Amino acid sequence: MPDNTVSLDQPVLECRNLSVSYYTRAGEVPAVVDFNLTVMPGEAVGIVGESGCGKSTVALAIMQYMGKNGGITGGQILFNGRDMTTMSEEELRSIRGSRIAMVYQEPMASLNPSMKIKEQLMEVPMVHEGIAAAAAWKRAVEMLDAVRVPDPERIMNSYPHQLSGGQQQRAVIAMALLSNPQLLLLDEPTTALDVTVEAGVVELIKDISKRFGTSMIYISHNLGLILETCHKIAVMYSGQAVEFGSVGQVFDHMRHPYTRGLFNSIPLPGTDRHARPLVPIRGQLPLPYERPPGCTFGPRCDHFVAGRCNRPPIPMEAVIDDPGHAVRCVRYREIDWSQKPIGAIEQQAITFGEPVLEVRNMKKYYEIRDTSLAGMLSGKGSRFVKANEKLDFDAREAETVAIVGESGCGKSTFAKVLMGLEESTGGEVLLHGKEIGHLPVRKRSPQLIGSLQMVFQNPFETLNPSHSVGSQIARVLKKYGVTHSRGEVQERVFELLDMVKLPRAFAFRKPRQLSGGQKQRIGIARAFGGDAAVVVADEPVSALDVSVQAAVTGLLTDIQRQKRTTLIFISHDLSVVRYLADRVVVMYLGRIMEQGTTDQIFSPPYHPYTEALLSAVPIADTSVRKKHIVLKGELPSPMNPPSGCPFQTRCPRKIGAICETELPPVKELEPGHKIMCHLPDDVLRAMEPVIAFGTSKERAA
Amino acid sequence: MILIMLTISLILFLLFEGDKYNVAAKVLGPYSTVGQRDLWLEQNGYNQPLWWRYLSWIWRFLHGDFGTSIMFNTPVAKLLGEHLGNTAILAGCVFSLTVIVALTLGVFSGIAEGSLRDRAVTVLSVLTTSVPEFASATILVAIFVYWLNWLPGSSSFSNGIDPIELVLPVAVLVIYNFGYYTRMTRASMAEVMTSQYVRTAILKGLPFRRVVIRHALRNALIAPFTVMVLQLNYLLSGVIVVEVFFAYKGFGKLLYEAATFGDIYTVEACTMVAVFVAVLSQFISDVGYTLLNPRIRFS
Amino acid sequence: MSELTTSPTAGTAAKPRRAGRFSRLLSSISLLRESPIGMIGAVLVLFWVTLAVLAPVLPLFDPLAQSPGFLLKPILTPAKGGGTHWLGTDELGRDVLSRLIWGSRLVLVWATLATVVAYAVGMVMGVVAGYRGGWWDEIISFFGNVLLSFPLMVLYIVIISRFGPASEFGQYLSHDLGLDPVLTAGVIIILAVTFGTAPQVARIVRGLVLDLKTRDYIAAAEVRGETPWYIMMVELLPNARGPLIVDSCLRLGYVTITIALLGYLSLGLPPPFPDWGKMISGAQKFGSFGMNAMLWPAFAISSLVLGLNLLADGIREISLRD
Repeated sequence: MPDNTVSLDQPVLECRNLSVSYYTRAGEVPAVVDFNLTVMPGEAVGIVGESGCGKSTVALAIMQYMGKNGGITGGQILFNGRDMTTMSEEELRSIRGSRIAMVYQEPMASLNPSMKIKEQLMEVPMVHEGIAAAAAWKRAVEMLDAVRVPDPERIMNSYPHQLSGGQQQRAVIAMALLSNPQLLLLDEPTTALDVTVEAGVVELIKDISKRFGTSMIYISHNLGLILETCHKIAVMYSGQAVEFGSVGQVFDHMRHPYTRGLFNSIPLPGTDRHARPLVPIRGQLPLPYERPPGCTFGPRCDHFVAGRCNRPPIPMEAVIDDPGHAVRCVRYREIDWSQKPIGAIEQQAITFGEPVLEVRNMKKYYEIRDTSLAGMLSGKGSRFVKANEKLDFDAREAETVAIVGESGCGKSTFAKVLMGLEESTGGEVLLHGKEIGHLPVRKRSPQLIGSLQMVFQNPFETLNPSHSVGSQIARVLKKYGVTHSRGEVQERVFELLDMVKLPRAFAFRKPRQLSGGQKQRIGIARAFGGDAAVVVADEPVSALDVSVQAAVTGLLTDIQRQKRTTLIFISHDLSVVRYLADRVVVMYLGRIMEQGTTDQIFSPPYHPYTEALLSAVPIADTSVRKKHIVLKGELPSPMNPPSGCPFQTRCPRKIGAICETELPPVKELEPGHKIMCHLPDDVLRAMEPVIAFGTSKERAA
Repeated sequence: MILIMLTISLILFLLFEGDKYNVAAKVLGPYSTVGQRDLWLEQNGYNQPLWWRYLSWIWRFLHGDFGTSIMFNTPVAKLLGEHLGNTAILAGCVFSLTVIVALTLGVFSGIAEGSLRDRAVTVLSVLTTSVPEFASATILVAIFVYWLNWLPGSSSFSNGIDPIELVLPVAVLVIYNFGYYTRMTRASMAEVMTSQYVRTAILKGLPFRRVVIRHALRNALIAPFTVMVLQLNYLLSGVIVVEVFFAYKGFGKLLYEAATFGDIYTVEACTMVAVFVAVLSQFISDVGYTLLNPRIRFS
Repeated sequence: MSELTTSPTAGTAAKPRRAGRFSRLLSSISLLRESPIGMIGAVLVLFWVTLAVLAPVLPLFDPLAQSPGFLLKPILTPAKGGGTHWLGTDELGRDVLSRLIWGSRLVLVWATLATVVAYAVGMVMGVVAGYRGGWWDEIISFFGNVLLSFPLMVLYIVIISRFGPASEFGQYLSHDLGLDPVLTAGVIIILAVTFGTAPQVARIVRGLVLDLKTRDYIAAAEVRGETPWYIMMVELLPNARGPLIVDSCLRLGYVTITIALLGYLSLGLPPPFPDWGKMISGAQKFGSFGMNAMLWPAFAISSLVLGLNLLADGIREISLRD
C-alpha cells in the first residue's frame, strides 16, 4: 500500500490565488481568477455555481489537465505542500489516479466502450502499484462490493453499455477509489442520473470520507446536494469564489448578495408561487470577456454602489466574528441581511374553473416487432409495450397539473398523445368535452392546434437555428389561424415578445444570439401564440440555471394568471413541482401511482414510491429534516415491466406475494387523493411525513 | 445482400438483354440482315418469355457459364479467369500498402492534433487526393520513364509477370487512395483522443503509450476499418483507369474494352463479378464492425 | 430583464438592422480570410473560373484549328502564322494553352451542372428517407445500396455503354430531339453522375436528418401541424447546410475528375471539343513525344481539384470554429 502517513493539520490540497485562462480566437479568456481553497484531510468541500462560473475548470486545473488551449496563469496548487504546477509530467502521472482521483458527470462517456469493466478497474493498481493481475482482480471485486454494486463478478466481465447508469457511475467511483486516493474530485457525479438512483449514489459518496478517510471536492450546481455531502462550501460566480465557509455559515448566515440571490431563486419548501414567489436574479451572467470591472456581480446586485463596487480590486475578506467564513463583497457589513428580498410581489391565488382536459382510462401501447428470423419463426413476432396504462385524471381551467416521474414512466408518451403526434390505443382524452386522443395533429383544425400547445425542454433545441426568432413566431400565428395579414402578424409578434418581457428587436435576431433563458421565453411566446387553453410544458426549466429558472417559472405563472390557461407541467423535479403545481400526478412505468392536490401528495399518506421520491430530492435548507429512504436496484425497463405492482421490485414497504401477483387497487383516501397500493388504509394513514422542519435558523428571507 | 445481388442481376439483364433484337444486332454485327437475326434468336432460345430467359440466364451464371465473348470468340469464363488473377495481384498490393501507410500516418497525426506533424500529413493527403489517377500516372511516367528511364511505361506483362512492371500502377493507386484513408484515420483518432474516456484514462495516471495503445487505438480503428473495406469499391474504379493507362491486362481493361466494343456477355460477367466483390466487401465490413464493436455485438 | 422591455417604437426602429442577404453573403465570404488553406483553394478555383469566363475575349488561338506538320511541339514554340504556342501544340497541331482554357469552360460547366442535379436528387432522397423513415427509408436505402454496390467506374461504363451517344437513347436525344452532340453527351454524363453520386449524397443527408429530427424544434413544427414536406424543406434541410456545403465542394472535385476521366476513356464529350481527359489520351499514343501535351492537362485538372478540396477544408475549418 502507498504511504498514507500525512499529518492531520496539514491541508491535503491548497489552491493559492489560482488563475486559469483559455486561449481562444477572441484572445485570452480568464476562466478562473484568484481562487483560494483549502481542503483538510477527511474533509469534503463543495464548489457550487451556475454554468460557466468556472467550477469544472478548477477541478481540471487541480488534475493539471486543461487541454492545449488552457493554462494556469498564476498562483499555486499545493498537494501535500508541494506545488503541482511545477511538477514534471511523470510526477503528475504518479499522482493522478493514485493520490488524486476523479469522478465525472457522464459515466457512460467516461468509461471506455470497448473494454470490459475488469480491464478498466484492474489496470489502476497494476500500473500504480505494480501488483499482479490476480491481486488486482481481488481488489477490484472488493471495491465494487464496497460501492454496493450487486454481483461484482458479473459486472467485472461486462462492457460499460451493459450496465445501467447508476451501476456505471458506481464502477467509476470504484475505479477512483481503487488506489486509495487522498483526494477525490467529483464533478457533478449525479446530474445524469434519475432522482431515486441519484439518492443511492449520494449516500455512497457521503460514506466515502467516513470509510476511507478520503478528502473530497464536490462540484455541483445543486445546493441541496452540497448540503447533504459537504462540510464546507465555496460559492463561485463568473470565475471567482464569492463566498467561502462552512455549510452552516453559508446556508444560514450568507454574506454575499449573489449567494442570497441564489437561495431566493430556488424553490425550497415553504415557498409558494402566489404568496411567497421566488425572486430571480435580474440580468444575465456576463460573458467571460465582458466581465465588469470590480465586483463581477455588480450589474445584477441590488446593493450596487457606483464608485465602490466597480473599483477593483475586490478582495476576499474574512467575515468579522465568524472564523472560517470569507466573502468577496465590500459592502457586506452595511447590508441589512434580515430584510426581505426586493422584487417579491405577493399575488392572489388563482381560482380554478371547469375541467378543460379530461383523461379517462387512456392507454397507449407500442408494438415492438421482432424482425429477426427467429422472432418471425417462433410466432412471437410482435409484443406490446404499455407506455401508458389506464391514465385517469382531470385538469381544470387555470390549473397547473404536474406529471411527475423518472425516465421511462410514460410522461412524454402522454404528451405525444395529447399533442396528436401519437394516437391513443384506448380510453378517452377529452378537450372541452371533445375526443382528441384519436385525432392526429394533421387532422386537427388550426384553432384546436392553437388551443393545445407545448413548451419544450431543451432551450438550445427549441428554436430552429436557421430562422429568425420573429419568423418562427409569425409562422405559429399563421398555423394557428390567428391572422394572415402581414402587418397584423408583425404586430402580434411584437405583442408576444412584450408578453414574455423581451425587447421587440429580438424578432430580427437568430436564435444563437439569445441566451438559454431568452430562448425558453420565445418558446413560451410561441406556445401562447394562439388562444391556448392547455399548454403542456415538458421540463421547461430543467436545463436552465437556477436564477433563470425562477424568472421563467414566474413568467409562466403570470401568463397563466392572465390567460387562465391550463398548464400540464411534466417534470422529474419535485421541488419545482411543489412550487408550481396545484395538483400532482405521480407516474411509474406507465401507470399513475398516486394523484392528488399538491398538499395531499407532499404530506402523508403517501404511495411508497412517492415517499421514496420525496426523500430522494435534495433540499438546500439546513432546517429541514428528511426521512431517509434509499431505493434498492435500478429502474426496470418499460419494455419488460415487473408483474403485479410495477413498483414491487424496489418497494421498501412490500407486504408479500400479493404485490408480485396482483395489480393493486386504486384507493381514494380523501376526495381527489388516489393511491394505487396494496397497503392497508390504516398503514397508509399512519405514515410519517418525509420532510419536517427542525429548528429554523436565519432562513433566506 | 443476396437481395441486392439479385436486384442488380435483374437490372443488368433487363438493360442488356431486355431487348432481344438489340442482342442479336450486337452479336451478329451491324450489317446482319433481319432474317439472320431472327434465325439467331430462334436458335439461341431468345424467343422464350422474358422471365424464363432471366431464370435460365441466372442458372447458367451460377454454374460459371457466362457465354461466349463476341470480341474474342472465347468463353467469357476463361477470359475472366486470366484477367481477374492479374487484377487481384494489383489490387492486393495496393490495398495492403495503402492500409499500412494510411494507418501509420493517420494515427500519428491524430494523436497530436494541430501539431506541425499533423498539419504536414493533412496537407500531403489533400494534395495527393486532388491528383486523379490518370494525371498522377502522366506525371510519374514523365519522371520515371522518360526522364530518369528507371521504369517501364507499360505493364502489359508480355514476358510473364514482372514485378518491376507493377511499380508504377501500384504507386499511382496508392498515392491517390492513401490520402482519404489517412484523413479518415486521423479524424477518428483525433476524436477518440479528445473523448471523455481517454481523459479518464489519462487522469487514472496511465502512461501515455498505454493510453494510446490500450484505450484509444481500438476505438479509433473501428471507423477506418469499416470505411477501408467499403472503399474497395472505389479502389476497383481506380484499377480500371490505371489498367487502361498502363495497358495492364486486368479485369478493368477487359471490361472497358468489352464495353467500347459492345461485347455484352463480357460486360455482364465483368459487372456481376465487380458487384459481387463490392457486395462481399460490404458484408465483410458489416461483420467486422460488429466484431470490433462490443456495443453492437451484445445488443 | 425589465429594463429591456421596450416601447413599440423601439421595435420599428430596430427594423433596418435586418441585414440584407447580399451583405450576409459577403460577410461569410470574408470569413474565409481566416483560413489560409481555404484562401489558397479559393484563389485556385477563382483562377480557373476567371479563365473559363474570359476565354472568348483572351487573345488565344482557335482551340480547334489544326496545324498539319506542326505536331507535338514543345513550349514557347513560335506559331506559323505569328504569335507563340506558349504551351506547345498537340498531336494535331492545335494550341495546348487555348485548348486548356476552353477545356476549363466545358469541364466547369458540366461538372457544376452534374453536381447540382445529383445533389438535388440526393438531398430529396436523403431527407425523405431520414425524416419519414419506415418503408420510405427501406426502399430509398435499398435503391441507394444497389447503386452503391457498383464500383463507380463500372457503373459509369455500364450506363454510358448502354445509354451513350451511340445507343438508341443517345440517338433519340440527338436525332429525335435534335440536341447537338455536346449536349447529348452532357445529358448522359449528368445522368451517369447522378446515378453514381446521388446515393452517396442521400446517405450523408439521411444521417444528418436522423440526428436533426430529434430536435425539439422539429417536434414543435409537428405539434403545430406542419406538413412533412414543409418540415423537410424549411425546418430540416437549412440546418444541414454546413456539412453539405463542405461536401458539395469535395463532390464537385470528384465530379470534375469523373468528367475528365470519362473523357480520357473516350466516354465523355465527343471530339474535337477540348476535354482535359481526352487531351491526355490523345497525346498518350505518342509516348515520350506526347509528354508535353499530356502534362499540362494533368496539371490543370489537379490544380482545379486541389483548389476545390482546399476550399472545402477551409470552410470546414471555419465552420468548426464557431
